[in-house]
Amino acid sequence: MSDASFVRTEMLSEQDPPPTSVGVIGWLRANLFSNWWNAILTVLCLAVIWYVLSGLLGWTLRSVWNAGSLNECREIMIATWGSTHGHACWGVIGDRWLQLLFGFYPPELYYRPILALLLLFVALAPVLFADKVSPRLLYVTAAYPFLMPWLMWGGSIWMPIGVAAGFVLAYLVGRKLDGSVPGLVLGILSAIIWWMLWLGFPIQAEVFNTGLGEILGAGLGKSLATISPDIAPFWLETVISRNFGGFMLSVLIGVVAIGCSLPLGILLALGRQSNMLIVKAICVGFIEFIRGVPLITLLFVASTLLNIFLPPGTNFDIILRVMIMVTLFAAAYMAEVIRGGLAGLPTGQYEGADSLGLNYWQAQRLIIMPQALKISIPGIVSTFIGIFKDTTLVSIIALLDPLGLSNSIRADTDWNGIYWELFAFIALMFFIACFGMSRYSMYLERKLKTEND
Amino acid sequence: MAESMHDTMVEREIDRRKMQVSEEVAIQITDMNKWFGMFHVLRDIDLTVQKGERIVICGPSGSGKSTLIRCINRLEEHQTGQIVVEGTELTSDLKNIDKIRSEVGMCFQHFNLFPHLTILENCTLAPIWVRKIPKREAEETAMHFLEKVKIPEQAEKYPGQLSGGQQQRVAIARSLCMRPRIMLFDEPTSALDPEMIKEVLDTMIELAEEGMTMLCVTHEMGFARQVANRVIFMDDGQIVEQNEPEEFFNNPKSERTKLFLSQILGH
Repeated sequence: MSDASFVRTEMLSEQDPPPTSVGVIGWLRANLFSNWWNAILTVLCLAVIWYVLSGLLGWTLRSVWNAGSLNECREIMIATWGSTHGHACWGVIGDRWLQLLFGFYPPELYYRPILALLLLFVALAPVLFADKVSPRLLYVTAAYPFLMPWLMWGGSIWMPIGVAAGFVLAYLVGRKLDGSVPGLVLGILSAIIWWMLWLGFPIQAEVFNTGLGEILGAGLGKSLATISPDIAPFWLETVISRNFGGFMLSVLIGVVAIGCSLPLGILLALGRQSNMLIVKAICVGFIEFIRGVPLITLLFVASTLLNIFLPPGTNFDIILRVMIMVTLFAAAYMAEVIRGGLAGLPTGQYEGADSLGLNYWQAQRLIIMPQALKISIPGIVSTFIGIFKDTTLVSIIALLDPLGLSNSIRADTDWNGIYWELFAFIALMFFIACFGMSRYSMYLERKLKTEND
Repeated sequence: MAESMHDTMVEREIDRRKMQVSEEVAIQITDMNKWFGMFHVLRDIDLTVQKGERIVICGPSGSGKSTLIRCINRLEEHQTGQIVVEGTELTSDLKNIDKIRSEVGMCFQHFNLFPHLTILENCTLAPIWVRKIPKREAEETAMHFLEKVKIPEQAEKYPGQLSGGQQQRVAIARSLCMRPRIMLFDEPTSALDPEMIKEVLDTMIELAEEGMTMLCVTHEMGFARQVANRVIFMDDGQIVEQNEPEEFFNNPKSERTKLFLSQILGH
């Protein structure tokens, strides 16, 4: 009998793994103390984390919450802990948090921005969670762009209705001509003519920023806006743009820029790929110009230079101007992110769509964009987050975003010299919003992935 | 030569009575030329395809055979000459192009299914959006054709979950859902594992038996012999030889054809 032959006579039964490789001990060994070097690093890291946290948590938690001024804060600190070092004075937040949230918006009208925010969530729900929410909510989404400015600035309901009617008109004209290029152009033209009639053109000199009806100028909408308190229902008290501020302003600019830059970015990305030379040249020129210029420059153009080019006496609302600039800025970046997604699609997808007889817009909407946007989700959300944080730059042109407000709060003798607490609060608010966007993008990526492979 | 036929040759009795060629013209190509930049890919192509014809186009790579059938549904644009499909001439008029594309189905080497849609959605998309057929009806049609290609149970899956052969059969079903009058096949089996080629060829044979007008770029000579009523050999962007399959394979006239056939059948 050769040594190579072997026959098992008895089968082995299953045994437990050694206790050092499972459970808490196993996990610790595998992840933190797998060898001496890693064990030393683990201990060092824990020490650093402990050092940072003990300082930070001590400052955050052993703090003064009820104080009307920085001096009062300091007195309480000295009375309690014997020194002012290492203690936060959250009194400033307690004292001014409404201002940080709403700026100088009239307190009795706070319900309007709050309502606008709640409606924003309702309007976003069918877009963000299409599989969980009734598609009927999309009507809210469609109405929101017109409802929101009315709630924020007030004035007559006829103003947003008139603007919305322009879009409906453009759609109807475009559809009548079967979605062809001349139909598209005619649709846009008819809407512009309608808006000119509705808003009045050229913009009148005597018009001031009093409500949405007067933001753009005066015309049919203006005359309705001025007489409507008596005869037209749904009149809201107007709030002027100068009184907007705080997170309300950041969210307002951020939401508009995010909401408008995605469709604009898609169009720019498609234009950049177009066979039509002039369309392509315009898109490339626009994207490269905007990307080559700092946002601050564009904001300065919006706040000062634009007046030089507009007819004298024009008063073109500053927040609207900033929104347009931030949107254009975001759209240029968005276009490049989406172009990356388009480049990732094999040409076979275009050919597949073409061979079935889908026209250009159908192919883009049903085949190309769903895939290109899915590839670009991380980049798109990064751009969104970047834009939202960039809204703090408007403090440079004297708009009272949270950072601008922190300066004016410090200008008050009560709170002269307070920095960290304000910035910590502002940072926390931004973090909550940005972290939310980031988590949503991960959720979306996960969801689209499991459906596919 | 016939004995050394490709080992995936499909052995089944086919019903030739239904495979009648009619006198009506489906595709008429006259004096057609195409260039890629300075490169003259298609030279003076003249081709008339009758309704119900099953034409296999073969030739060495780079001979322009794929480009030729891609010109028929305007995936490639020809520069001179005339292409008339089902009575409509292909010009730069987008309406005409979309009309012809909805009448002409196409299957690609790499299937080109839409990976973000289920099999059923792949099949119903064009009928719903191009033909404006109600969703329910489009789904019934889609299931009918998925049964025909023998994969109705995969309807809710995504293309990425299917094998290559299954994907190509879905691609065929997707084209059929548009009820096309002509089917173009651009090397439908070239990207498939050998054991999957048969299932795709079987589907194509069934289609031929139903009298579909077919133009097929392929190197499956067994398929050509069994199903085609005409084989076209292309080289250097020109039609070098065309004939009935028996005559084409057993008695090729041109030296190039002989060389080509000896190379693909001789191993």
